Amino acid sequence: MSIIQSCYLLSAVLFILGIKFLSSPETARRGMHLALFGMIIAIVGTLFNAEIVTYFWIIGGLVLGTLLSLPISLWVPMTKIPQRIALSHAGGALAASLIGIAEYYRYSASLDSMNAGIIGAEVLLGSLTFTGSLMVAAKLHGILPARPITYKGQNFVNLTLFALMLGLLLYLILNPALNTTFYTILGLSLLFGVFLVTPIGAADMPVVIAIFNAYGGLVSAIMGFMLANRIQIITGALDGASGFILSMLMCKAMNRSIGNVLLGAFGKTEASTQNNQAGGAQDVPVKSLTAEEALAFFEQAKSVIVVPGYGMAASQAHHALREFVDKLKSKNINVKYAIHPVAGRMPGHMNVLLAEANVPYTDLYDMDDINPEFPHADIALVVGANDVTNPAARLVKSSPIYGMPILDVDKAKKVLVCKRSMNPGFSGIENDLYLQENTWLIFDDAKATLSKMAYGFKGGW
Amino acid sequence: MTNVLGISDVYLFILAGFLGFQLILRIPPLLHTPLMAATNAISGIALVGSIVIAGQNYSLVTNLLAFIAVTCSTINVVGGFIITDRILKMFKKEGKKKP
Repeated sequence: MSIIQSCYLLSAVLFILGIKFLSSPETARRGMHLALFGMIIAIVGTLFNAEIVTYFWIIGGLVLGTLLSLPISLWVPMTKIPQRIALSHAGGALAASLIGIAEYYRYSASLDSMNAGIIGAEVLLGSLTFTGSLMVAAKLHGILPARPITYKGQNFVNLTLFALMLGLLLYLILNPALNTTFYTILGLSLLFGVFLVTPIGAADMPVVIAIFNAYGGLVSAIMGFMLANRIQIITGALDGASGFILSMLMCKAMNRSIGNVLLGAFGKTEASTQNNQAGGAQDVPVKSLTAEEALAFFEQAKSVIVVPGYGMAASQAHHALREFVDKLKSKNINVKYAIHPVAGRMPGHMNVLLAEANVPYTDLYDMDDINPEFPHADIALVVGANDVTNPAARLVKSSPIYGMPILDVDKAKKVLVCKRSMNPGFSGIENDLYLQENTWLIFDDAKATLSKMAYGFKGGW
Repeated sequence: MTNVLGISDVYLFILAGFLGFQLILRIPPLLHTPLMAATNAISGIALVGSIVIAGQNYSLVTNLLAFIAVTCSTINVVGGFIITDRILKMFKKEGKKKP
């Protein structure tokens, strides 16, 4: 066993330990330090590879990459993490595709069918992940409209394109030396990534980010097969498994299948169903309150459950929320946070934002743990969450979101909702929660409302 | 590319995949965002493959392609570890003072 192979073995062990330590917030940082150590060992070991004859491009790339990484890691605000993660999926996939292209460029004349298949698959999956992730990042960042963009026959176009790519890949396997086939696959895959994400709305991004995470891992593993590099096969498999688990969990939390997310164009279709459904419901007026009036409720409350959603991230209300909660806690009111798995724009989005606002993670509760507590809560305070609180998912069989696991906010004794306007949530479904007897809405920017309440509560105290 | 794919590599992939499933199922939803950032950083291991290609002086085209690949993977490795640490640093238990 050569020195390089020993280095790779050691770093594989360190990566696996690193991921294992991620199972608890207590040990997670230590785990990442182990993984970082493993990464350094692998990189340093590689530099001694006998095949390397020039260090010019390597050092250039390492230096440039390090410089470019600083702005998107040190200074990126936590609210922009989802698009930051999507961007790095794009970067990883681009690297794998480029190496695939370089290898094909060099060996195309002498490739056997199996290696042609591996390179073809790598470039196909890598390129579509690259453009797809760029689209995700652009949608999350607001450069592109967050709403799904659909047109007639879209699924037909996408499926045809995909079938064409697979056909060409098969053709490449049979005729490995045919350059045109290879570069057509490359072009079509880049295009397909764009088409794939175009009809997907921002609310479905938790699933899509996770899927591209899985693809990225898969591409990395295929690259490992191509270069016969075992450490890449192992990490690719780990990364791929992580992405697939996350996408499965996200889909389960929305009661939808992956195919439905990719082909369904959720926001669009439901917007039309909502129109015929909401007619009768809108006659019932909702009750609204000002922030000052809402404070009176909290004076008598003993236990409060806060339900954050994407609206909290959008209005950056997490710091104001924590201030208000601190005031409540100082009056011995029991406050817990209920986190729905798909609240926000990526898996775990709410947890990170609340952690940033110095909310201890011991106050954050997952859906299954907190749901039995809603009936005992005096107040459920909903901050910018909508669909994940809609009781229709439990009660109305005809509702498009029927069957989706939700937070049982409606069972709390009183429900207060911070909401910008009466616009329905992303799925476009009217939320019956707002029409309930025990629900009051506070119309304003969530951050303004919570700051006012935090200030007002102090005055009362 | 001079290498022939061995069946042991396929075993390796499948077993590592199973191990990944078992490990990652145990990670609480609380840490799903750092998990994504972490797997991002770790999958930057594509850097080692890119380095080898960039170091072989085959032609300017492959060198340039590999140079970009090294740059992208380095961004993922360095940026990924920094941001994961930044996120994990924020998770605190009750009672601990702000840093």
